[in-house]
Amino acid sequence: MLQITCPWCGPRDETEFSYGGQAGVAYPKQPSALSDEQWGTFVFFRENPKGRFAERWVHAQGCRRWFDAIRDTATNDFLP
Amino acid sequence: MREGHPDFLWRNPEPKSSYEVVIVGAGGHGLATAYYLAKNHGITDIAVIEKGWIGGGNATRNTTVVRSNYLWDESAAIYEHSLKLWEGLSEDLDYNVLYDPRGVLNLAHSLGDVREGQRRVNANRLNGVDAEWLDPDDVNEFCPIVNVSPDARYPVLGATLQRRGGIARHEPVVWGFARAADALGVDIIQGCEVTGIEVEGGRAVAVKTTQGRIAAGRIGLVAAGHSSVLAKYAGVELPIQSHPLQALVSDLYEQVLDTVVMSNAVHVYVSQAHKGELVMGAGIDAYNSYTQRGSNHVIEHQLSAALELFPIFAQARVLRTWGGIVDVCPDASPIIGATPVEGLFVNCGWGTGGFKATPGSGWVFAWTLAHGKAHTLNEPFSLERFTTGALIDEHGAAAVAH
Repeated sequence: MLQITCPWCGPRDETEFSYGGQAGVAYPKQPSALSDEQWGTFVFFRENPKGRFAERWVHAQGCRRWFDAIRDTATNDFLP
Repeated sequence: MREGHPDFLWRNPEPKSSYEVVIVGAGGHGLATAYYLAKNHGITDIAVIEKGWIGGGNATRNTTVVRSNYLWDESAAIYEHSLKLWEGLSEDLDYNVLYDPRGVLNLAHSLGDVREGQRRVNANRLNGVDAEWLDPDDVNEFCPIVNVSPDARYPVLGATLQRRGGIARHEPVVWGFARAADALGVDIIQGCEVTGIEVEGGRAVAVKTTQGRIAAGRIGLVAAGHSSVLAKYAGVELPIQSHPLQALVSDLYEQVLDTVVMSNAVHVYVSQAHKGELVMGAGIDAYNSYTQRGSNHVIEHQLSAALELFPIFAQARVLRTWGGIVDVCPDASPIIGATPVEGLFVNCGWGTGGFKATPGSGWVFAWTLAHGKAHTLNEPFSLERFTTGALIDEHGAAAVAH
């Protein structure tokens, strides 16, 4: 099981958290201006690197706050 | 050949500098692709490149379930094509893959499950896929060790049954395809990692590997969990997320389970290997990872579900658990076809359920690589569907990893 550090509560077991996938995916400013391809990219395509990955977690069974973390997907180590 | 060693099933050649077709990934799907390219299309100048060894990846990390009872027409067509190939595979490869049509039960635990199951039975029948609906008494008769008591936390309200579904033994499947492809002249290159893809003027022309550059007329990426990494070498983005998927086996147990039982709601699927191990699969771990291992609480969850359904499993002990990396698509359906880069094709996104598709996937991808375009069976499974919105949403039939 991963140990995840909540910025507010400190290190806790993974079972207290839910996963939110890639961080920093902004909702399009003008959705109606997007082409089908751009909209498809926004809806379906996310980064899937082997290595550093900026991702979202929510401390669902704790303070219930969302935060970003960087994790190496090749080792599962959280990085500073 | 070493003295006293049985015959090797395939050669271990040095790669040539160029091939008509290079397939990246010598798992079940990649080897099946090579085999059908050689057998059905007469193309034998093929290299299958594998960074590990044959049988080291997902090909032998899965839980060996074979079935074709998918909801949508597109899925039913391709998985049923695959199931028909399974039915003659041992004979075709002249190698026993121990395909065993012992039936696959998909349990329903809620009114929603019942409706979905009955709808799927009807859809399957309309598509020529065998399917039956069982009520709880029928389930009890078909598989007496399933707990159908109404007092269960999630009582069994019925089940779908596909009698032609079942299990096959996964090692002989890859070995058999490797042996048969090798016999037709295909070079299988193990211990050779692809580190780049050369693209010239919008066309993929070669792969860079740890054993040097290999030029190719056409390149097929069949690399499961590493598909995103490979496609990116050619500048191609895929709508795939790589997750760990875990499974476990018990120690040897007397034969108690002569069918495959799956439950989406309590989230477990289980069969018993011919040798005696109970084989169970879990759901994916939530986070992206390439580590081939997952978190223990996922295994715990899976075991609690198994015990709920099969009280007698309380006597079994876990022998080992393991994980593989699965390539999950947003609609739980694969991507099989061309990419924006000419000469570069992908066969990926099989997610949690690719084993059952092994022969069918290889068959259609071989057709695609031979003709440079999709076969009718894999045309709907294009990369473009994530632009057009013509998704093949199989979360209903594929919600539980299988």
